[in-house]
Amino acid sequence: MIEARGLARTFTGKHGTVEAVRGVDLSVASGEVVGFLGPNGAGKTTTLRMLTTLLAPTAGTATVAGRDLRADPAGVRRRIGYVAQGGGTDPSVPAREELELQARLYGVTGADARIDELARRLELDGDGLLRRPSAAMSGGQRRRLDIALGLVHRPPLLFLDEPTTGLDPQSRGNLWEHIRRLRDRDGTTVFLTTHYLDEADALCDRILIIDQGQIVAEGSPAELKRRVSGDVVTVELGASGASPAQVADRARTALAGHPAVREAVVLNGSLRLTVDDGERSLMGLIRALDEAGVELAALRMARPTLDDVFLTVTGRSLRDAA
Amino acid sequence: MEAAVEAAAGRDGLVRTLRDTRLIFLRYVRQALRNKVGVVFGLVQPLLYLVLFGPLLSKVGGVQGAGGGNTWRAFVPGILVQLALFGAGFVGFGLIADLRSGVVERLRVTPVSRLALLLGRVLRDTLMLVVQAVMLLAASVALGLRAPLWGIVVGLVFVALLALSIASLSYVLAMVTRVEDAFAPLLSTVTLPLMLLSGIILPMSMAPGWLDAVSRFTPFRYVVDAARAAFRGDFSSAPVLEGAGVTVALAVVSVALGAHRFRKENA
Ligand SMILES: Nc1ncnc2c1ncn2[C@@H]1O[C@H](COP(=O)(O)OP(=O)(O)O)[C@@H](O)[C@H]1O
Ligand SMILES: [Mg+2]
Repeated sequence: MIEARGLARTFTGKHGTVEAVRGVDLSVASGEVVGFLGPNGAGKTTTLRMLTTLLAPTAGTATVAGRDLRADPAGVRRRIGYVAQGGGTDPSVPAREELELQARLYGVTGADARIDELARRLELDGDGLLRRPSAAMSGGQRRRLDIALGLVHRPPLLFLDEPTTGLDPQSRGNLWEHIRRLRDRDGTTVFLTTHYLDEADALCDRILIIDQGQIVAEGSPAELKRRVSGDVVTVELGASGASPAQVADRARTALAGHPAVREAVVLNGSLRLTVDDGERSLMGLIRALDEAGVELAALRMARPTLDDVFLTVTGRSLRDAA
Repeated sequence: MEAAVEAAAGRDGLVRTLRDTRLIFLRYVRQALRNKVGVVFGLVQPLLYLVLFGPLLSKVGGVQGAGGGNTWRAFVPGILVQLALFGAGFVGFGLIADLRSGVVERLRVTPVSRLALLLGRVLRDTLMLVVQAVMLLAASVALGLRAPLWGIVVGLVFVALLALSIASLSYVLAMVTRVEDAFAPLLSTVTLPLMLLSGIILPMSMAPGWLDAVSRFTPFRYVVDAARAAFRGDFSSAPVLEGAGVTVALAVVSVALGAHRFRKENA
């Protein structure tokens, strides 16, 4: 559905040049939900604007929905939907008018029926909602209207730029449901960007992590997390008798030789272990600690998050970078 | 064969452009009508010119070259051009609002004709201005303007073409500056000298030689002179022909500039 090679864009402005996107390669298959995950300023929007014909790349080539981006931008436009980061409605125009204009511009036949269908599906059919201008809608309703505008012509490929940024948790969850249904029911290919880890995790079949204009990692959420070697086990130590430091040291010595433990560090009086296949090795760890006479207060195991993945590939935390 | 394909593509392109222009035109007409306050003031504003400025005319009635028998005949064309200059000059603000809300990008992702995005807006602006001009003319006639009907119609055509040109240029400026803070000062810097040099208030024939010479380089002077001549009924006079030439040339250049700008990728 999307094949891009060496896509790049440099902005030249008053404040010098910005290499916003530097050589992005990507392939998206039909029916996939693919996410671009990266901090603000990573180049997500710029890449999307290039793929949607809004911005000419300074280098690279791409085929989008079967049409060459440079040779046939009009062909690309007919086959894609695009929902921009900030939406695209006039705050004073009634929603239905926006949808009607959009349908006419795409040459949709049976526009009224299509609009009603979309309104039903995206829960925009409530009491006179479509008669309201977007200024009189909630954030979630406005976002669903933006999506309806992008779907009027039944595009096989939909681009969503930061679909849930600024929404409350409930509206986010609701929007995720709608995005999932797009693929499950219509087989729509969805390419979205986000700087939320949980969103990428919850929605995407495949994630491309982008940082400073380059793709730094790629894979399914599970694959990516597997790349961060092992699970993180945190052991809180009981402090009967000896000093906490001594206990921690003893515990570390006891576990250092354990085959599943890759790394063991003492952090604020607790022991942080990086462990292969945490679930299976947990019992062994407890036994080893017990044998060494180390008292346990608590034990926590965490699966690596996408943030850990980001940390591993960029050396920075996504939360800090964003 | 290839020529036939190209011709068909060209014809499709034309059909598409016309259809899209109509859609965009209707969108912005509706937008204008939705703004009730805007509609009322748009209609009241031309009358304000007449009511607050018209009475002064009796004082300048004797001024040389100001229209002879009927001072309204010299005054009204100037007000019409001023209306076009300020009314159509400000339309760029609407485009900046659309750039900010994302409407421009949303429309640009659709297969809409790029030219239609300009023409639809510009035609709406022209229509609005013609309605205002007709209001102003009707009121002027009620207050004392005497001019041949054909003269008035020709004057209206001049004003319509002028509004079309100014609206296109306003959009170009808005597209280049992209924010109100840059657009507003630029707009007033451009419009004020243009207005003063056009002889809108008083005929340029009263100006000293150097000022008269400078004003010959601004297009509006010719439009005002042509409209004045038309109001007098001299259709075949040099000012009308010059004015027609200048107005048409200005319209062609402005729309071409606008079209170029709207086609460009980051427009
Ligand atoms: N029109 C532009 N002119 C200049 N710089 C830009 C422009 N658009 C984006 N940038 C810069 O390009 C970089 C990437 O921006 P963007 O693609 O919007 O990032 P993201 O969507 O991932 O937050 C940023 O440094 C941004 O400031
Ligand atoms: Mg962005």
